[in-house]
Amino acid sequence: MADQMQLCNISESNFEQCTKCSICTTVCPVAAVTTDYPGPKQAGPDGERYRLKDPAYYDKALKLCLNCKRCEVACPSGVHIADIIQKARMRSSEGHRASLRDTMLANTDLLGTVANLVAPVANATLGLAPTKLVMDSVMAIDKHRTFPAYSRQKFTTWFKRHAAKQQDDFGQHVSYFHGCYVNYNFPKLGQDLVKLLNAVGYGVHLLDKEQCCGVALIANGLYKQAKRQARVNADSIRKSVNTDHRTVLTTSSSCTFNLRDEYPAVLDVDTSDVRDSIMLATRFIYNLVDEEKIKLIFKQDYKRRMAYHTACHMQRMGWQLYSIELLRMIPGLDLVVLEQDCCGISGTYGFKKENYERSQEIGSVLFKHIADAQVQAVTTDCETCKWQIEMSTGLPVENPISVLADALDVEATRQANNIN
Amino acid sequence: MVTSDIYKNEYDVIIVGGGATGAGTARDCALRGLKTLLVERNDYSTGATGRNHGLMHSGARYAVTDSESASECISENMTLRRIARHCVEETDGLFITLPEDDLDYQKTFVEACQRAGIRADIIDPAEARSIEPSVNPDLIGAVRIPDAAIDPFRLTVANLLDARLHGADTLNYHEVEGLVMNQNRVEGVKLFNKLSGEHIEVRGRVVVNAAGIWGQRIAQMAGANISMFPARGALLIFGHRVNKMVINRCRKPANADILVPDDTVCVIGTTSDRIPIETVDDMRVTREEVDVLLNEGIKLAPSLATTRVIRAYAGVRPLVASDDDPSGRSISRGIVCLDHAKRDGVEGFITITGGKMMTYRLMAEIATNAVCAKLGNTAPCVTANQPLPGSEEGAPNQSDMTKRYSFGERAAIGRHGSLAARIEKDNDIDNALVCECEGVTVGEIKYAVHQLHVHNLVNLRRRTRVGMGTCQGKLCSCRAASLLGELHHDVRRAQKDLADFLDERWKGMRPVAWGDTLREAQLTAAIYEGLCGLDMAVSNQGKEDKQ
Repeated sequence: MADQMQLCNISESNFEQCTKCSICTTVCPVAAVTTDYPGPKQAGPDGERYRLKDPAYYDKALKLCLNCKRCEVACPSGVHIADIIQKARMRSSEGHRASLRDTMLANTDLLGTVANLVAPVANATLGLAPTKLVMDSVMAIDKHRTFPAYSRQKFTTWFKRHAAKQQDDFGQHVSYFHGCYVNYNFPKLGQDLVKLLNAVGYGVHLLDKEQCCGVALIANGLYKQAKRQARVNADSIRKSVNTDHRTVLTTSSSCTFNLRDEYPAVLDVDTSDVRDSIMLATRFIYNLVDEEKIKLIFKQDYKRRMAYHTACHMQRMGWQLYSIELLRMIPGLDLVVLEQDCCGISGTYGFKKENYERSQEIGSVLFKHIADAQVQAVTTDCETCKWQIEMSTGLPVENPISVLADALDVEATRQANNIN
Repeated sequence: MVTSDIYKNEYDVIIVGGGATGAGTARDCALRGLKTLLVERNDYSTGATGRNHGLMHSGARYAVTDSESASECISENMTLRRIARHCVEETDGLFITLPEDDLDYQKTFVEACQRAGIRADIIDPAEARSIEPSVNPDLIGAVRIPDAAIDPFRLTVANLLDARLHGADTLNYHEVEGLVMNQNRVEGVKLFNKLSGEHIEVRGRVVVNAAGIWGQRIAQMAGANISMFPARGALLIFGHRVNKMVINRCRKPANADILVPDDTVCVIGTTSDRIPIETVDDMRVTREEVDVLLNEGIKLAPSLATTRVIRAYAGVRPLVASDDDPSGRSISRGIVCLDHAKRDGVEGFITITGGKMMTYRLMAEIATNAVCAKLGNTAPCVTANQPLPGSEEGAPNQSDMTKRYSFGERAAIGRHGSLAARIEKDNDIDNALVCECEGVTVGEIKYAVHQLHVHNLVNLRRRTRVGMGTCQGKLCSCRAASLLGELHHDVRRAQKDLADFLDERWKGMRPVAWGDTLREAQLTAAIYEGLCGLDMAVSNQGKEDKQ
């Protein structure tokens, strides 16, 4: 009886399954560059035992965690190490207000809305040396960082004006969770997705209501706001999946991971019923090709050499193969698949002055691999990896969807898929 | 003082037994100005002192059946909160009534507590669930009482430290082989130094037998007969705390009805079985005991059913037949102090036994009073008011420490109180964690080796919690062994010590080796035997020694 009831240990985030093998610590990009961070094992399951004894044992070094989830990928026992750390940070922040800097960095959508209105001014100002110095000294946003340029027109505005009407004409339909980056900074990625999906017969639709997925809010300790937004998104996704029978596609690996896994694990917002219907567009498209439901025809004269970088959250989902295999379908693309190394930015982490040097040190291995690869450009599914790699290597970085859209022979593809 | 000098000394009092009672008696004697020696055959707190719940009883458990013990407990409970702050965690406790229990007993219980002077507040089951979320939600009644958690290892060491500060000498790994007798008078002890192999005699005017269950054998050496009734109790340690408060069943004491949050773990116990005195050294826990503990434990806190058990252990309560009933039917849990001059015509020999770890200080006071009466010493007992080293006024403790301390420092303050200030922490090496589960730094290990009589890894574990966490020594033991090897300048000894320590850890894991604990043990074996060849290295040592 006794050993039967003891067959499995049920503990939050599986922290009891940890056998202290320390593999997680060997893959932690932060522990590799600083002794200030005790590593995921100590910060996670080990520290948790002390925090259960008394929350006063919370160690402020936990702030150094990137939440890259590499520890979770490596763990042979299925312990959600990074979740344990996130939740400990969350509990310790209760009753504390986030700083102005962190609030600003976290509210990617609020900042975006304002910046879109004054995009030329904002872009020019944010790029100016005096502005950078003020942000560095007053707000502790590192002066080496460049904010991604803001677009004059939001993606949603473009979509409503130029694309929404045609979408109903298609035989199949999906929803698109565009995320803040596409909406405020880089609508072209959203436009590329619409172009690609339309070419194979899929209509693209916005969700009823989309708010920032909250990945930056979680990282900066604004949990209540993150929860509120998560509920709004969960409701919209549910309507899309259950009522409209539309899969929800994304073009950002971190948004995707957040919607699918961090909502239930960290924010306690259950999305398990629709989890399987939220996916990165590359996975969706790859599966359609694989099942021979669609055909992709690429330009004959396309010729490029690029390196694929696996973003940490992409690795956590195990989906990099979809993007890689899809890119390999482009005949003219010479693709170098890089080792899986963290770029060091981790969303807003690397923007913070106190993290800048560590962030660059973490990324240095990757930057060297990119330099050695002798490529014209880099492709990755994460926008913050893009900023970091662009800043640190000088090479342009594109989302695989943009690469595909760029290489696609739209007319030939439409014909191959019998789209009028 | 070096050991050879101790051997030449003559003492006012020699205390046999390095448990809480012996250590407490050594402290009390030293504070009253007696020239004191304590001898222990193994490490300090290896017997019943280190093999119980770590519960600082409020006395509520005994209130109905033994009001004298209950009163002693609550009085000592309040005293220890003052003098041993760094060993105590003020958790409070619950006595819960489950649907199968008689709720009428709660009334009897509360009245008995009040008679004994124990605060006992009946609270609503809903409130109980709210203040202690792990409690069985089906409870129909709850009483809140001032139980707490206490670390018996720290408590014993703090008493020994204070004894030494006041001039006492203490020797571990010195076994009493016989008493130095002069006709009907005990004049010292014959010792065997287990580390060096020497046989020595040390003289003392009074010998105090504080050897717990092994006290029967010591008494026999003086020709005195004490009837001990060893009662064995087994306990299980879970990998982390599920409860914040002590949880007891509100019914007549029975098996596995106390769950105590001890440091980073929680402990369920105990069973209670009368065993023959010949078997008191066999501490193996049986499958049946494990089953009883789990099946009863989940009634207190259902989550124990799915919580990892990291270890099982057993201890033996030194119960004594009262002198007016040599049949053994009437067994006292109370304190028994025997002056063998009056009882058996043996001069210079006192036995202090019975009682509980909880009442060690009172037992020490009673024994010291008896010693002082023999020696004509009239100094008063001050142990109830004078804080133990580590618990002085103003010392930081676990609950009021601030975040300016690093994790390792905070863990050390939790263990050593103000003495943590003596731990070196000025460089990266001293701050490096040796034991990651329990937050033990290199500095803390050096402190333990230099200040707290550490000969081997098992000693180190009792002083610091090295190897007491979830991995049961997998990661820390090799690091700690390497430090000991350096500090003792003896690599071969450290290697053998490492193998012994891992064996000792496995003994406690074996009765509960399933699921994750088994995986943990297998990984440990794979690393030390498969990868490092430790078993071969140690057996080669044996072969070399023979050649």
